[in-house]
Amino acid sequence: MGSNMSATETALALSVFLACAVEAVEALTIVLAVGTTRSWSSAMSGVGAATVTLAAIVAALGPALTALPINLLRVAVGGLLLVFGLQWLRKAILRSAGLKAKHDELQAYAQERNAASAAGAARAGFDGYAFAIAFKGVLLEGLEVAFIVLTFGANQHRVALAAAAAGLAVLVVIAAGVAARAPLAKVPENMMKFAVGVMLSSFGMFWGAEGAGASWPGGDAALLAIVPGLFLLATAMAWTVGRMVSATAIARTAAARVEATDEARASA
Amino acid sequence: MTRLDAFVRGVWDFVVGDDWLTALGVVLALGLTALLANASLSAWWVMPPAVVGLLALSIWRAAQGGSRRR
Repeated sequence: MGSNMSATETALALSVFLACAVEAVEALTIVLAVGTTRSWSSAMSGVGAATVTLAAIVAALGPALTALPINLLRVAVGGLLLVFGLQWLRKAILRSAGLKAKHDELQAYAQERNAASAAGAARAGFDGYAFAIAFKGVLLEGLEVAFIVLTFGANQHRVALAAAAAGLAVLVVIAAGVAARAPLAKVPENMMKFAVGVMLSSFGMFWGAEGAGASWPGGDAALLAIVPGLFLLATAMAWTVGRMVSATAIARTAAARVEATDEARASA
Repeated sequence: MTRLDAFVRGVWDFVVGDDWLTALGVVLALGLTALLANASLSAWWVMPPAVVGLLALSIWRAAQGGSRRR
């Protein structure tokens, strides 16, 4: 990552870093839970196996994707990124408005620990449960990141840059986890998911339209309007939905009080 | 459920997620963009309002579902 990175490449690396960091925090919680409850060596074997599988997926599909005609690649990848991005954004907005539960790492950690304890005593040596849970957790959390690395990287022909950003995010999260020796509950996950949703949707919209044959005014510079524009609109939506939810809650509380007062008067 | 069913369902959940209407809207918007571009007409303007509209619709549907459940 030298100093000659373009604005698009910087945004690409930042998006992959944030997306990977969020997923790595969730994977870390699972690994910590099975590692402390059952077997660290088996849990780490699961992490290693999942990492190798994810690396193999990126290594196998990366060159295949970059070999596709650029317009076909952009319309397909743009469409998929847009669908992904809108999902991330919608969930982040619903969480910020209180319509969807926020991801609680401490609660997830406690649930994983309870499940690991309930699965019976850990075997001496290799523990299949710890291996399987760590493998599944890292693979499932990592699959979406692998997809983002592949699609972002292939579109810009910078798969290595995207993979490096993902790797850096994993290292940062592992270092923070080792330092804290606990799940990373204070990471602003929803804010990060909101930012990733804006970036995925913006790049998806830009590349999808380009791949379909449209020309953006100003070329790549259009992203300088698309990203902040979508960020502002999504923020306004989150604020509006939050206000509506609060107003509904206040109205329900007031109605319940009136009903209780009426009942008290009737019985007096 | 056979392994093939499980695989297809897994791919569907991974790609489309829990809101198929948004995925369909994205495909239709990209299709309209391609049609306009092929007719040598300006086509970049299709996606921004489509994306904002799809996001608003998706949030509204989720909020309606949430308030019905409460």
